[in-house]
Amino acid sequence: MKKFQTADIPKPERIPRLIEHLYEKMPEIEASRAVLLTESYMQTENEPMIIRRAKAFAHVMEQIPIIIRDEELIVGSSTIAPRGCQTYPEFSFEWLEAEFDTVEKRSADPFYIAENTKEALRQVHKYWKGKTTSELATAYMAPEAIRSIDHNIFTPGNYFYNGVGHVTVQYDKVLAVGFEGIKKEAEDYLALCSPGDADYATRTHFLEAVIISCDAAITYANRYAVLADSMAQKENDAKRKEELIQIAKNCRRVPAEGAGCFWQACQSFWFVQQLLQLESSGHSISPGRFDQYMYPYYEKCVLKGDMTREFAQELMDCIWVKLNDLNKCRDAASAEGFAGYSLFQNLIAGGQNKDGVDATNDLSFMCIQASKHVFLPQPSFSVRVWNGSPHEFLLKAAELTRTGLGQPAYYNDEVIIPSLMNRGLTLEDARDYNIIGCVEPQKAGKTEGWHDAAFFNMCRPLELVFSNGVDKGEQISVATGEVSQMHSFEEFYDAYKKQMNYQIALLVNSDNAIDIAHKERCPLPFLSCMVDDCMKRGRTVQEGGAVYNFTGPQGFGIANVTDSLYAIKKLVFEEKKVTLDDYKKALENNYGQGFDEISASEMAVDIIRSLQSTGRTLSEEEIAAVVREIMNLKVSEEDKRKYQQLLDEIENVPKYGNDIESVDLFARDVAYTYTKPLETFKNPRGGTYQAGLYPVSANVPLGAQTGATPDGRLAHTPVADGVSPSAGKDVNGPTAAANSVSKLDHGIASNGTLFNQKFHPSALSGEQGLENFVNLVRTYFDQKGSHMQFNVVDRNTLLDAQKNPEQYKHLVVRVAGYSALFTTLSKSLQDDIIRRTEQGF
Amino acid sequence: MDYLTTKGRIFDIQRYSIHDGPGIRTIVFLKGCVLRCQWCCNPESQSYDIQTMMVQGKAKVIGRDVTVEEVMETVEKDRPYYRRSGGGLTLSGGESLLQPEFARDLLKAAKKSGINTAMESMACAPYASIEKVLPYLDVYLMDIKHMNREKHQMFTGKPNDLMLENARKVAASGMTRLVIRVPVIPTFNDTEEEIRQIARFADSLPGVDKIHLLPYHRLGQDKYDGLNRKYLLNGILPPENEHMERLKAAVMRHSSLNCQIGG
Repeated sequence: MKKFQTADIPKPERIPRLIEHLYEKMPEIEASRAVLLTESYMQTENEPMIIRRAKAFAHVMEQIPIIIRDEELIVGSSTIAPRGCQTYPEFSFEWLEAEFDTVEKRSADPFYIAENTKEALRQVHKYWKGKTTSELATAYMAPEAIRSIDHNIFTPGNYFYNGVGHVTVQYDKVLAVGFEGIKKEAEDYLALCSPGDADYATRTHFLEAVIISCDAAITYANRYAVLADSMAQKENDAKRKEELIQIAKNCRRVPAEGAGCFWQACQSFWFVQQLLQLESSGHSISPGRFDQYMYPYYEKCVLKGDMTREFAQELMDCIWVKLNDLNKCRDAASAEGFAGYSLFQNLIAGGQNKDGVDATNDLSFMCIQASKHVFLPQPSFSVRVWNGSPHEFLLKAAELTRTGLGQPAYYNDEVIIPSLMNRGLTLEDARDYNIIGCVEPQKAGKTEGWHDAAFFNMCRPLELVFSNGVDKGEQISVATGEVSQMHSFEEFYDAYKKQMNYQIALLVNSDNAIDIAHKERCPLPFLSCMVDDCMKRGRTVQEGGAVYNFTGPQGFGIANVTDSLYAIKKLVFEEKKVTLDDYKKALENNYGQGFDEISASEMAVDIIRSLQSTGRTLSEEEIAAVVREIMNLKVSEEDKRKYQQLLDEIENVPKYGNDIESVDLFARDVAYTYTKPLETFKNPRGGTYQAGLYPVSANVPLGAQTGATPDGRLAHTPVADGVSPSAGKDVNGPTAAANSVSKLDHGIASNGTLFNQKFHPSALSGEQGLENFVNLVRTYFDQKGSHMQFNVVDRNTLLDAQKNPEQYKHLVVRVAGYSALFTTLSKSLQDDIIRRTEQGF
Repeated sequence: MDYLTTKGRIFDIQRYSIHDGPGIRTIVFLKGCVLRCQWCCNPESQSYDIQTMMVQGKAKVIGRDVTVEEVMETVEKDRPYYRRSGGGLTLSGGESLLQPEFARDLLKAAKKSGINTAMESMACAPYASIEKVLPYLDVYLMDIKHMNREKHQMFTGKPNDLMLENARKVAASGMTRLVIRVPVIPTFNDTEEEIRQIARFADSLPGVDKIHLLPYHRLGQDKYDGLNRKYLLNGILPPENEHMERLKAAVMRHSSLNCQIGG
């Protein structure tokens, strides 16, 4: 049996000080990257786009201000201010300029921005008008698709306004041969090009762009070497002086060459991680299997006795801290959906190797230790679980779960490996998977997965069935007939499927338009040189250079749609207690619970449109009066009683999440209405679509755009999160909920599913508690669940944190696919987390 | 398969129970009890009658008559969890032994399906009732609350003679794994001396090597209001952790038993 070094390592004294420094003030927006990028673009106006991108990257690398923060052992910061962010006008900029004056005050993820930064960015933005990926994407989209986005059926916002990210590159390759080695590879491929080749122009330019980018990364590291040397000269503290000298030495060697020791491997890793995010603004750039590719250096250094295990741990802890130094400013609406300043840098430990042998090692345990020491939202830490996972590894992971960090997330090899093979990965590649971002599996260094391509709100097509394809007075979808004319459940369900199919095609249309815009305007040579087979094929990942290509948009609201359709089936067609017309009225009137401002405005828009069509114009005051009028509308007592009766009837219909086979298998079928049509579509990179079933935290803001649903959910309240049951509807405890969720077909949702459970710490107390917890995870996975994650905090703690955020600055909760600082989340999201059923107490 | 049709009265089934016997378990609560312990956190379990209790402002019917087969349908649902964790079915109450045939047939049905069995009980019943369940019982979680006859009578409504005698008989039978559990109730039995006496007794039982000290909690208090009853222990606070540790140390000092705080 394999033996591991599992003993706890004490927390280095340096770590709390690094963290303190990082969190001293509100994160800040800086302009240097945008200014340098634009300078370069203006000088390369008529050159091929790939060369322009490489030159701009090089210009940034040569001139962006650099800093070594106090006591750092691993260096490389994208901004001078801790946790600051750069901006990326080549993707979009208008939202930022519009939010200049509110971004500091907003509730989700505020950023400080100085007046001179605003001015610098305003100047730069003049250049970008009409040149961004988002503008080109809009031009490529079908008008119907844009209309559906405007009506919130789905939102492709992520890549519409930002870089793609969502990738794991070949860190192992950079660690082994450095960028000099990669440059050499590019030069070798260049030598093979013949001027008569059909793709000579694009291929040679791409390879030249790779060479420029590799040189740029080396230049950047050398600037740090010079800075470290000069700081060492001025340093009085002998120990720190020695550290700075070694830092300089490290930066001279890596990432230019292969790493000579564990410290250099850590430094080399960091430059790759940091620079990928400076090349484009994508998030979810995921370190992946850190315990695997770092192990040879650990072996060489630590097991041979050149470095203590304690110091190796300290270096890893430093990386964990640095992962929180990177940041990104999103537009206000997206910030709600991705709340928590999260970059979703998913790092995973454990699991099997490409030969199917368990690959857990000492570093897997040290990854858990680092998360315990640093206790911050990044990295999004995950563990792989399979039948051969060492028990002590899972117990150690459970200890981390018990701390309440909301990490790790647990992933099931036994479901994910076959589901990836079903998408065409080889057995070896599938076994070597890691997780991108929240829950999306892929093979590192070979995949362009577009894993977070859109959010698709499965509740909205249900509304379209009731409205015959009309939304806010506009026909935006297929007319599937008046519900009063539907005489069987099958007819109704069929109409739902028709609405789904129509909208899914539009979702694909918008994603493909964005895909092409990225290819034409923002190809990424630096990223592409670390993904196979880009260099061999002579194409960037944006042009289909990766071995595996996917597009993975997320559906969410499974629980609501299941409970809704099931209630209609029972109450309307089997028990005949209400008619579809009654239901329609109840939904339109929000079950008589009154209208909030959103519903009132929506109804007002209808009225105003019809008035305008008669040629009348309305002043703002008149419009406001209409809204007020609607908000004050009284529902008659009789109607109110009727609606309440309906709500009571709905309450008694069985719900998804309670281990009731008929409902759960129905949920499986409902999930197919999204997952199955989607997999028939292709993307422009030659790959296929694959569905995910998770909402990040978008279930709250997108729920706010959804009217009342037939499961009794009131208008504009959150929809259910991931594949989890609706909040508070699962009343039979965690095993029952897990059994229900495991009835879904997780294999077909190969872009990932997300199942949240919340535990009171008492459920994990003592050794017995840890054992039971591990067995709960194991059993859910025995039944072919794919992913599981946990919040371990008690309700009172959360309520108190809401009241006294100052005292809970470091309180971390797991929100959907990632951990976030609770106090930085918006009030509504905080409420949602509190509302989720508290299990196990 | 007659045993599957046996009827009994329960008031709850709770899945994912992790503090009552080994592993992940499903607890079936049988209705009706002989004792009236003042600290009881399930006062709705005491009467055999079907009752109405107010829960969060709504009237809830407590108690339903079911067959063994109906109960097993729910118990079976978590079988994969039992297999992984070494868990299974636990009978609780009330006092299960007040429905001896039903209790026996539930345990029997579980054993026939290969599911581990446990029972929480005060052993306050004729030994003949206990003998019925023993062949199907893997773990007997037996409550011993006090060694003093009068104090026992005062706080629970019954003296302790029968239970102590039954404890000796169950231990001597060697048919089940016997674990002694002590609810630690301030003002009733929370002194070192009182706990030590129970530990000594438990230590004298053949085959017993484990004792659980269960600290008093007030989570059942609202139910007394819901049943329109007065809660007699008002104002009594749960024992401090340090005190529980002291009691544990006392047990370990004065007996050879393995002692754990909590179930």
